[in-house]
Amino acid sequence: MSKLIRAMVFGLLGASIALPALAEDLTFWNWRPEDTAAYQKFFADFHAQNPDINIKFQGYEPSSYATVLSTALSGGQGPDLMMVRAYGAFEAMAAPGYLMDLTGKVPALENFPKTAVAAETLRSDGKVYAVPYASQTIFVMYNKDVFDKFGLSEPKTWDELLADAKTLKDNGIIPFANGTATAWQNETLTFGLGSSIMGKGFYDDFMAGKATFEDPRFVEALKSLTEVKDYLPDGFTGLDYPSSQQLFTSGMAGMFVGGSFEIAGFQKAAPDMHIGVFAAPAKAAGDPALVSVFYDGGFAANAKTEHSAAAVKFLNWVASKEFGQEFANDLGNVSVVPGVEFKSPLLGEVASLNQQSIPYMMLVYFRYQEPSGSVLLQQQVQKMMAGETTPEEAAAEITKGIATYYKPFQK
Amino acid sequence: MTGWIDKRALWIAFLVAPAFLILLTFVVYPLVNALAYAFFDWQSTVRGDFVFLDNFRDILFKEPFATWTRQAFTHNVIVFVSLMVIQNGLGFLLAYALWRNLPGARFHRIAVFLPVVLSTIIVGFLWKLFMHPLFGLVNQTLRAVGLGMLAMPWLGDSKTALGALIVTNAWHWIGFPTLIFLAGMQRIPGEIMDAARMDRDNEWSIITRIVWPLIAPSATIVFILTFIGSFNWFELPYIMAGIDGSPFGNTDVLGLYFYRMAFGNQSAGTTDFGHGSALAVLTFLFIAVVATFWTIRLRRREIEI
Repeated sequence: MSKLIRAMVFGLLGASIALPALAEDLTFWNWRPEDTAAYQKFFADFHAQNPDINIKFQGYEPSSYATVLSTALSGGQGPDLMMVRAYGAFEAMAAPGYLMDLTGKVPALENFPKTAVAAETLRSDGKVYAVPYASQTIFVMYNKDVFDKFGLSEPKTWDELLADAKTLKDNGIIPFANGTATAWQNETLTFGLGSSIMGKGFYDDFMAGKATFEDPRFVEALKSLTEVKDYLPDGFTGLDYPSSQQLFTSGMAGMFVGGSFEIAGFQKAAPDMHIGVFAAPAKAAGDPALVSVFYDGGFAANAKTEHSAAAVKFLNWVASKEFGQEFANDLGNVSVVPGVEFKSPLLGEVASLNQQSIPYMMLVYFRYQEPSGSVLLQQQVQKMMAGETTPEEAAAEITKGIATYYKPFQK
Repeated sequence: MTGWIDKRALWIAFLVAPAFLILLTFVVYPLVNALAYAFFDWQSTVRGDFVFLDNFRDILFKEPFATWTRQAFTHNVIVFVSLMVIQNGLGFLLAYALWRNLPGARFHRIAVFLPVVLSTIIVGFLWKLFMHPLFGLVNQTLRAVGLGMLAMPWLGDSKTALGALIVTNAWHWIGFPTLIFLAGMQRIPGEIMDAARMDRDNEWSIITRIVWPLIAPSATIVFILTFIGSFNWFELPYIMAGIDGSPFGNTDVLGLYFYRMAFGNQSAGTTDFGHGSALAVLTFLFIAVVATFWTIRLRRREIEI
């Protein structure tokens, strides 16, 4: 016994002398406490390759993460490594200079999709501050078992979609689980169902500064949305987001218009259900069916970290195919690292749908300033779905609000 | 003699100082800070340029903020007026009924006050469930008794959403004015009531001529608290209607609007402490000024009658 104790004492002594010299301890924060186990596994793998670097995981509750992180960073107490969001919420962290400039530090970023890198680039200086990790897709998810039961197939035209919905309704199934009471659900509805009707032409013209949201193609998409009203649950204007999710996972509804971020939760809530995904089709057969895509966030390092070399090593590792693969396999995310192959067929399908897409426009372009495009769109579509405004009026209000700061809309 | 006063003054200062310090750090300092925040342009959590009154001007006159501010303020006014009528009016009648010891008064005295003890979160979620368009108790009941055509998405319809929140709030809080009024009534000396009953036998004129004037101090407290509560209304709309004041701003009130503006809506907007602080300062000033003048008026009325 005394031998064992002596061995332990010596061991500890040895470790305490050796460790500070060898190992660097870095902290990592994100808003996914439920993924703690997965991240600890990632970090263990990283540690195996870089034995001198230890990374400690700390997850925070999502709705307060931004406040906690920015408060800590501004007080000089922030983590060495962290996950940041994309677009406007990313800029809130990058603009004050809290994040390490990654210019020339992560060569793999060269091969990343340009739109993904743009999501983590500060517009004012054009520099990249985070390694993007995943894309999210807005489209239609459906219950394959219910579709099979009534002999339905993935629709190829808008009319086929409405016909499928009618069949479901006639058989006592709620066609779409979505309600409009939770404001942001109106934005997913708009782009989940309307992207193909807006079309790539509209998007290109918008980017060229030639089209506003009053463009007939966008108005047409809003109009089509009102055609779906009959196929939403009774009293959908008062139905909130959690209720919609429950309608879908309980099998009471056949389709759910939403984001790929729902899939993991749906599979957990209804493990026996077979989920399929499709891009809501365009009006005419043959016109491309588009989904709407945005990037979720990225990995970043603290500009003031004392372990900058280790942090850069870590960021290069999360930009590697090896990590991307692990990230996709373990967390069910559509990793943006080029060359990642998806084990889950559903995830592979999502990734292939992404090939034909337009951006989730309000988040990607108009969530930098108030009134944000999302706020305007959510409010106007909610109003339109309640029958208290027309698609034309809604489109005009959205355009007018954005025009208060967006030059191309100021005629 | 003077030495004794000095000692006494020192003691008082010693006892008051901690409370005063706490007040200074946690009440006065944040208030002044918020006022200062309102004069700057903010880039997330970093203070930018001094913009003087720009934030205030944007909130009051620049579209679409001006419309949203007006809309939120109007809703606060509607809430205040409705609560004065429903919550306090009914509260007064209930208090009177309890005071007159109508049958079942002892049971009802507890029943009426019980909801006040519940937390707003519980009440909000409970009533949100009651008003669920598909599975809610309200719609299920209506359908069961053959009034299915009256079933509607109470919280999703622009015509009923705010009303639904007001009813919930009244249900939650009605015990409070009832209690205060009842306490006021119980303080009325028995001789006065006996004299009043000999003099006139019309119940209504006893209420308006005798009881109401004599409980004026209770009314002052209830009115002022209702006013402050109505214009600081946040928890219940936040729980039941969400941060956006769904549907399309029909339940938006100054509290929600401020929160959205300052801290940003996770799924739609950005943080903006400048405009948020400006809105908070305006709300605070409005409440402070109106509450002060109204209190003075109501106090004067207490003495007059």
